[in-house]
Amino acid sequence: MMKKILMPISIIGLLLLVIGPVLFAAGKVDLPMNKNILLVGTILWFATAPFWMEHSKN
Amino acid sequence: MTEEKELLIISPDNEFERESVPESHTKGLRSFVGMYAGEHAAGTEFAIGPLFLVHGVSAANLMLGLFLGNLMAVLSWMFLTAPIATRVRQTLYFQLERIAGVKLVKLYNIANGLMFCFLAGAMVSVSATAVGIPFNMKMPQLNDTMPNSIGWVIAVLVIGFVISIVAAKGYNTVSRFANIASPWMVLVFLACGIAAMPELGINSLSEFWPAARDVIWRGVPVEGQSQFTFWHVFFFAWFCNMAMHIGMSDLSIFRYAKKSWHAISTGAGMYIGHFMAWISASMLYAIQLQADPLNTTVAPGPMAVQIAGLTGAICVIIAGWTTANPTIYRSGLAFQSLIPKCSRVTATLFAGGLATLAGLFPALAMKLLDFVALYGLVLMPMGAVILIDFWVLPKLGMKSFFAEAAKISFHWGAGAAWILTLILCLVINKKFGLEIFFLAVPGWFLAAIIYIVGSMIIQKQRTA
Repeated sequence: MMKKILMPISIIGLLLLVIGPVLFAAGKVDLPMNKNILLVGTILWFATAPFWMEHSKN
Repeated sequence: MTEEKELLIISPDNEFERESVPESHTKGLRSFVGMYAGEHAAGTEFAIGPLFLVHGVSAANLMLGLFLGNLMAVLSWMFLTAPIATRVRQTLYFQLERIAGVKLVKLYNIANGLMFCFLAGAMVSVSATAVGIPFNMKMPQLNDTMPNSIGWVIAVLVIGFVISIVAAKGYNTVSRFANIASPWMVLVFLACGIAAMPELGINSLSEFWPAARDVIWRGVPVEGQSQFTFWHVFFFAWFCNMAMHIGMSDLSIFRYAKKSWHAISTGAGMYIGHFMAWISASMLYAIQLQADPLNTTVAPGPMAVQIAGLTGAICVIIAGWTTANPTIYRSGLAFQSLIPKCSRVTATLFAGGLATLAGLFPALAMKLLDFVALYGLVLMPMGAVILIDFWVLPKLGMKSFFAEAAKISFHWGAGAAWILTLILCLVINKKFGLEIFFLAVPGWFLAAIIYIVGSMIIQKQRTA
């Protein structure tokens, strides 16, 4: 159950790591915003992935 | 290197250390793809990419050299390492002991342990460049060989101390953390590359190549640095993991593979870490040079921060830390094997201390390309010995695994193949000026010939 909730959040975190730079490269956001998006993606990933990734391995 | 992979090789609980892996414990292609994909997005990639720019590699030479060099690396794993690994299914160390004797394996362990210490030292240096940012630490310069500031010394000592303690006491925790960080790290490298584009004047895909050629990789080395050609890039990409493929270290990994072609999985690591990540890191350095052509220091921390902010700094620290952790641990195990009475914790702390000491000297990170080439070269001859022993000796009417068969603890033929090859490579380097990046080519054939001749003599003596 927990995996079903946390895994999509982790994936969103990873997606943000790509979306931020792509938006920056397309001129849709500025560099500070790109850095903020990357940080949000990082926080989402590390706040959620350890729970379901470890769980999966077990 | 992923901790998952390291655990497979060096965990104290590792099974089948002195026997062949049974068919029932072999793994499919997917296990290896995931392992290798994360393995090569390490802290050192942040330093290697920029060093290509320092040496004035042109865009075409870089792209083609990396593409073909990495292809050769994958083929080396597929056609040199994996076929032996899946037939014998034993670790490198056990095979080497059976071929060359237990005493020679101990010597090999010392060399391996020391090389790992220096590699870990480079990773500590890389992490220190990120940790020092909030303290406005003076970064080491490209030509610095000695520590350049008290701040640098403190940063390296603190990081080295923490990494060593953790490697000795909490290895498995960091291993698990590294597995979690792995996909994130790969994407941060990609993010850095994408976000670097507009900063380098690339606003559409069609603008990439002109900018790559005229702005980023212009083919002009930084003043005082040697000029790299296509061949430098090609051989560096091929040989930077030489210890693992031609040197046969990954016998320990692929002994678990169901089929030898599963070594194609190494392509995931090569083209993510040694293509995409190196190019991204190179672009970060290009931005730094564009902003200030005189700022030639290779400091991964500030480079990543300029484009990825705090995420970049975290990535540099984690990439350095998670890769230094198994490297120090593995080095500790190598040293421990020499003094069995010494505890693993003490041996790991000793290795960590040595790595920290090495990390104090920026020359290690600034000359990382040379060091990585040396690391592969030093361990390569034993790979040649293993390959010749397995495929060629039986065809010449000689026995494989002769040290085991004749109960000898030091096969001087194998020892000569190792030491003489390295001496001859040094002579070739000094007398003929052949650079370290190319020495493995003649070196491999020298090692093979010396081992065949040595085996002929020793097997004739012993069976007479």
